[in-house]
Amino acid sequence: MCGIVGLFLKNEALEPQLGALTSAMLATMCERGPDSAGFAVYGQSLDGEAKITLQSSSPEIDFPALAKALENEITGTVKLTQRATHAVLTCRRDELDTIRAAVRRLAPSVRVMGVGEAIEIYKEVGYPTAVAERFELKGMKGTHAIGHTRMATESAVTTLGAHPFSTGPDQCLVHNGSLSNHNNLRRSLAHDGIQLETQNDSEVAAAYLTWRMKQGLDLGQALEKSLDDLDGFFTFVVGTKNGFGVLRDPIACKPAVLAETDDYVAFGSEYRALVGLPGIDTAKVWEPEPATVYFWER
Amino acid sequence: MSYHNPPTTPRKSATFDDYTLSEIRRAATTGIYDIRGAGAKRKLPHFDDLLFLGASMSRYPLEGYREKCSTEVVLGTRFAKKPIHLKIPITIAGMSFGALSGNAKEALGRGANIAGTSTTTGDGGMTPEERGHSKTLVYQYLPSRYGMNPDDLRKADAIEIVVGQGAKPGGGGMLLGQKISDRVAEMRTLPKGIDQRSACRHPDWTGPDDLEIKILELREITDWEKPIYIKVGGARPYYDVALAVKAGADVVVVDGMQGGTAATQEVFIEHVGQPTLACIRPAVQALQDLGMHRKVQLIVSGGIRNGADVAKALALGADAVAIGSAALVALGDNDPALESEYQALGTTAGAYDDWHEGRDPAGITTQDPKLATRLDAELAGRRLANYLKVMTLEAQTIARACGHNHVHNLEPEDLCALTIEAAAMARVPLAGTSWIPGQGL
Amino acid sequence: MPAIDLSTTPLRELNQSLHALAEGNNETEWEVLNPDGRHAVAVGIDAPVSIDIRGPVGYYCGGMNKQATVTVHGSAGPGVAENMMSGKVVIKGDVSQYAGATGRGGMLVVEGNAASRCGISMKGIDIVVKGSIGHMSAFMAQTGNLVVLGDAGDALGDSIYEARLFVRGNVQSLGADCVEKEMRDEHLELLEDLLQRSGITGVKPSEFRRYGSARKLYNFNIDNADAY
Repeated sequence: MCGIVGLFLKNEALEPQLGALTSAMLATMCERGPDSAGFAVYGQSLDGEAKITLQSSSPEIDFPALAKALENEITGTVKLTQRATHAVLTCRRDELDTIRAAVRRLAPSVRVMGVGEAIEIYKEVGYPTAVAERFELKGMKGTHAIGHTRMATESAVTTLGAHPFSTGPDQCLVHNGSLSNHNNLRRSLAHDGIQLETQNDSEVAAAYLTWRMKQGLDLGQALEKSLDDLDGFFTFVVGTKNGFGVLRDPIACKPAVLAETDDYVAFGSEYRALVGLPGIDTAKVWEPEPATVYFWER
Repeated sequence: MSYHNPPTTPRKSATFDDYTLSEIRRAATTGIYDIRGAGAKRKLPHFDDLLFLGASMSRYPLEGYREKCSTEVVLGTRFAKKPIHLKIPITIAGMSFGALSGNAKEALGRGANIAGTSTTTGDGGMTPEERGHSKTLVYQYLPSRYGMNPDDLRKADAIEIVVGQGAKPGGGGMLLGQKISDRVAEMRTLPKGIDQRSACRHPDWTGPDDLEIKILELREITDWEKPIYIKVGGARPYYDVALAVKAGADVVVVDGMQGGTAATQEVFIEHVGQPTLACIRPAVQALQDLGMHRKVQLIVSGGIRNGADVAKALALGADAVAIGSAALVALGDNDPALESEYQALGTTAGAYDDWHEGRDPAGITTQDPKLATRLDAELAGRRLANYLKVMTLEAQTIARACGHNHVHNLEPEDLCALTIEAAAMARVPLAGTSWIPGQGL
Repeated sequence: MPAIDLSTTPLRELNQSLHALAEGNNETEWEVLNPDGRHAVAVGIDAPVSIDIRGPVGYYCGGMNKQATVTVHGSAGPGVAENMMSGKVVIKGDVSQYAGATGRGGMLVVEGNAASRCGISMKGIDIVVKGSIGHMSAFMAQTGNLVVLGDAGDALGDSIYEARLFVRGNVQSLGADCVEKEMRDEHLELLEDLLQRSGITGVKPSEFRRYGSARKLYNFNIDNADAY
């Protein structure tokens, strides 16, 4: 049970403010999810480069040393940006797989939160405003961002249990609700070789979408399919490199508000999350219909 | 030569026993599932499978008369300006006017007043009789919102948001046409004589994140004075209690599957939910994990019958218990003195559970004015008070014997279990061993 | 006229001041500034006062209202005017889910659109929506009137009891046991009155269709099992 915010910019002029706007939106959703928080920020992607977001549960991790060690494994360079327990490595796209394998070998306790050309994912246990501050969300720039505050229902309050869940390169999902068939789904996904890291129902939803996309569906089609295969209550917000999607289950009880102007599309679990956005007074504001996929792409 | 063919004794199936066969025939004939009142009737692991160790050489008991063993309990100390102070750790569970006659509701209030405890409204709103005769009254806030209004909300001493009940976690209420009298219909804004269905979810919130906002509204409306309880059926007690605390409850009520109902499907009563015994430790664990044990109070209900049950529930970590079915028996429900009338209804004293039909010869679960007047509210109230006081004395007796000067000082270590099942559920050692099944895995 | 700025005054202070108002007080016009989507604004009032809220509100604005007239100059979140007893709540913008839920009396006017479950379990309230309403509206509606000038979403009036539903636009689908009913003179008169009281002009009662209960689920019948 949670709070969700999302902001997809159409107007480039707003890109320097993405983090500040998202951070203010996230702060309004603290009561809905006081246990943990997280966000995915889609920044500028550079030709031929890829990003990999790492997280370490041990504070003494020496990310710069790890970056150095990784550079020895490849021909290109590794650029490191560290934010508290997280670090974003930038490398050549064709060397991403080598880097991933090397991270697993050199620093087995470090977790890969997400990879892609544009995505960076940060999440942590704690009060949402404190989490946003720790990672300096306010100063981040980019094209779109999705944030989440979590009130844990049945799975543990851990960093890994926090949202967003990455569903594949440049993809992420956040969820509000409670799935009622995630255990069975988890077993069938495991049978198809998809490993999950937590007991979290939302991670199952994310993995489900990845699994569908591996079968050749695009994200929109995968979301459509999820309406048949996922049981329970859910509002999803998903991000891709260029896109931003929203889906509510057919019962559609969990709150969701969308707003659109010429400058952006914004999502909030409550209107309160949208109050501070520029031009919100004249925005088109509505609640997404049940069982309907909404998707924006630049 | 002819052989004698020895006859085989006819053997009935254990699977298809007489009750099962009668149920199949009944369903085939009537085309309706069996609806009844009361709680689970099947044999379940229960408090009887636990024993107190008592004091001996390593601990010292308290003297019965001089050395005080307190029983008072304060509910709603977390946020409410006016917490509830009760003399005894036994409260009266929510039962509606509609399910019960006005006289029965009055009797519950009278009995609770004498004993120094609270009563609770039910699905259908608050009656003047009930408010008038209950010194401390908890107002239930239910999915149906029948009879819900802000005046009664403000008249209440506490508000209990009902998410579910032990007899039917995940189900709504049900009141069949026979009991929708003019007065009940008016209170519920329903046409007379229809089979009323109650929703299973609240109409204007879903989930603990919304509930937190609903609680804010209720607190704002009542100026933050009244304790807010959240009642859940025994489903997933660890998570449910943790989420109730996160949503902002002052008190959490956990109702196990032996908890009664006015009416619901038999299949629901007997096959959904967890036994009360199995609910307490996970509920307490959730409170402890959040640092809220004794700060958010826990009330346990479902099959509480005597002072030993009360003491055991408290020892496992509850702050108080609630009784429903037992209170009705104290008033006069299922009394063998009415056996001929129960027989006329096709049942027997002790088995009568067709509370929804409104033909209760004891005048308790009925809206028939003639039947209802059979119950003398004053006398029945006195009987309930006697029973509550006896239970309290029994719980005190046990607490003293275990060396405690307050019933809340009872702890799991005062207990052992007679069966492996009870040991696992109550998380106390099997008698004579230090083995707690399921621990240390 | 007292003006309360919620960016500087705590919500609790606003609501307590409104609760302290007694019959015959002089402060009958109140203004609330900067609500910024806050929840439980102006709830539980029981006095004949009028409150103008300048901006959007969150959940349960005007909840359990008695006597007061609450006007929101903006949009409202879930459960606006829930369980209203009497008085009037007017929303100049759109409203979220559960508008007027379980309302027992008074009038809720929504000048924009209402989302899903508008009038759920309504018990006597009059709700007038100038725009359209979402799915599952008037679910288990017991009594009262719901008037919609625009369209109604999926499953209108599912499991309805005796509430009356009037829709001028299209109904996407009717819920279990909800049927279209004949619009008789008494209904036209009722509708005329509702439109007039909600300040709507230029719309004729004859442009609406009426929906209500088929009353087939009032008593259990196993052959209706698909509906249960």
